[in-house]
Amino acid sequence: MTMFEKIWNRHVIVEDEGELLLHVDRALIHEGSSHAFAKLEAQGRAVARPQQVFAFNDHYVPTTGREKGVEGITIPEIRNMVLKLQANTAKHGITLFGIDDPRQGILHIVPPEQGITQPGLMIAGADSHTSTHGAFGCIAFGIGASDMMHVMATQTIWQRPQKTMRVTVDGRLGFGVAPKDVILAIIARIGAGGGTGHVIEYAGTAFRSMSMEGRMTVCNMSIEGGARAGMVAPDDATFAYMEGRPYAPRGAQWSEALALWKALPSDADAVFDCEVALDGADIAPMVTWGTSPEHAAPVTGTVPDPRNIADANKSVEIASALDYMALAPGMALSDIKVDRVFIGSCTNSRIEDLRAAADVARLGRAQVTAWVVPGSQLVKRQAENEGLDQVFRAAGFEWREPGCSLCTAINGDQLQPGERCASTSNRNFRGRQGTGSRTHLVSPAMAAAAALTGHLTDVRDLLGKA
Amino acid sequence: MEPFTKLTAIAAPIDEANVDTNQLCPTRFNKVPRGPEHARILFHDRRFNADGSEKEHILNVEPFKRAQIIITDRNWGCGSSRESAVYALYEFGIRCVIAPSFGDIHANNCAKNGLLPLVLGETECVAMRRQLRERPGASVTVDLAAQTVIDADGKVHRFDIHPVRRKCLLEGLDDIARTRQYVERIENFENAYRRERPWLYGNIGH
Ligand code: SF4
Repeated sequence: MTMFEKIWNRHVIVEDEGELLLHVDRALIHEGSSHAFAKLEAQGRAVARPQQVFAFNDHYVPTTGREKGVEGITIPEIRNMVLKLQANTAKHGITLFGIDDPRQGILHIVPPEQGITQPGLMIAGADSHTSTHGAFGCIAFGIGASDMMHVMATQTIWQRPQKTMRVTVDGRLGFGVAPKDVILAIIARIGAGGGTGHVIEYAGTAFRSMSMEGRMTVCNMSIEGGARAGMVAPDDATFAYMEGRPYAPRGAQWSEALALWKALPSDADAVFDCEVALDGADIAPMVTWGTSPEHAAPVTGTVPDPRNIADANKSVEIASALDYMALAPGMALSDIKVDRVFIGSCTNSRIEDLRAAADVARLGRAQVTAWVVPGSQLVKRQAENEGLDQVFRAAGFEWREPGCSLCTAINGDQLQPGERCASTSNRNFRGRQGTGSRTHLVSPAMAAAAALTGHLTDVRDLLGKA
Repeated sequence: MEPFTKLTAIAAPIDEANVDTNQLCPTRFNKVPRGPEHARILFHDRRFNADGSEKEHILNVEPFKRAQIIITDRNWGCGSSRESAVYALYEFGIRCVIAPSFGDIHANNCAKNGLLPLVLGETECVAMRRQLRERPGASVTVDLAAQTVIDADGKVHRFDIHPVRRKCLLEGLDDIARTRQYVERIENFENAYRRERPWLYGNIGH
């Protein structure tokens, strides 16, 4: 059996005409879940298992001026979203990691830090990047407001069986190559819809030797490859990360939990519906040039020329993406100048990401406006203890308060029309970082490199000189 | 939820792959409570300039302003799980999107709101979009009970759909009613499950 099947089967309550009613261990919500609460309200329903629902102030919190808490939010509609979540969670008895909480942060950063995310669980989140949590060997996926209303009302969800895909990356990653590059290379290979209908298990030595932070980066972007969930088998790195976290089991229960967790990995003879393999040694630092995450290429490459694309549909699509991105066919990717740099988001705002970016920031001074937005207050404090904030400040980067910020640009942080940003986030969609904004997805080290030079840059060239 | 049974309506061709939910509903509109203003939110930044004037967009022109069906390319509705993307489609008047493939979460969100996400082959979608460009305003018929689409040329295409999704759409059922039949099974499940993993419900020691 695959790991996916083992966890899935343990959560089946009943089967009905080919759909399964599954138990949900944890539901994760944020300010945007106002639609789900409105539906709950409209039907006069209560939250069934408030202890299993966790709420986060992340999407709408400002990244400066936080000393004043909610009152410091100057835009009334944004403040209202933060207040609404406070009111809804208080009313239903749901745990809120609120704007003033010393543990505050993004809904995909905080639950692993707190031990809320655990192997073997079924986690449903009001956000497509809930796939992040699969790094611990659990099934975690995003759902819309109607389904979230159902989860909150019943702590269950109706699902259809999913197909499984195994993506194996063996081989050592090269110098300067990060987990972000691995997932961008995978998406470039399978396409933005390549994983549709599948749950991906990431297997192979590249993931075995990856930190939990790196595995989370990879699983985070499973959705960008069309898969609702991505998973990595739990191992000693997982258990070491989890031990002692506030919500993790302790004492005798820790041993019981470990026994369950160790039985989760896919059996040697497990069969997957689809297999994909990449050689880790072939992966270079990646950048995206277009408006879909599948528009990704090694930084050493060039912007594609639509005239050389045989498939007529694809050719039109690329021409339109280049038009939006204002890029000339055939130009070197490293010649693309940027106006802004954003290091943050649930993809790349953990301590390891900030360390990687700081190692590059030490080498020079930012030529463009560059922001560092830690994923949580815990990450922020850890980074400050390590002196990383000083490194960034000395290099001219802005050190800000935790939240989603420029990843989705709804807290007031946004790019101006036409501005181009090297960003460690996960989506380069048109207008994602503000109306008319242009996004190039990169790893944290690559983002820092772009800040120092003012254009997309192969970080290996900078690090090689260090 | 309003049932979906059979629909004959103007169809708009949208020749674009990977149309993400940010396009259908730009993020800043996520906070808008569901309502008629969602009609204008659909494709907002593709349809309107900053000053509110109209850009060139198929859904801004007659007869497509009145379209109730969209026929498009692969991976429609990829990206964010925001259900407001469905509210935007629905309030604009769209009741069915036909595409070679969909973002999973979006397809599910559509079905939960009475909007049919309908999968047909790539070549069929390309041909049907061509017909609609040649004859703007032509009608397409979608019959969910019969699982057929009759294109602008009168040609019949069969489509597959999960029986539960079909039934819920045909009858306008929502999931809660189904789930309530199993209250006892849910309780039994939870009791056994909680005994197996008591640490999931304990007090936290922070
Ligand atoms: S950081 Fe971006 S992708 Fe992640 S939860 Fe926030 S808005 Fe969504």
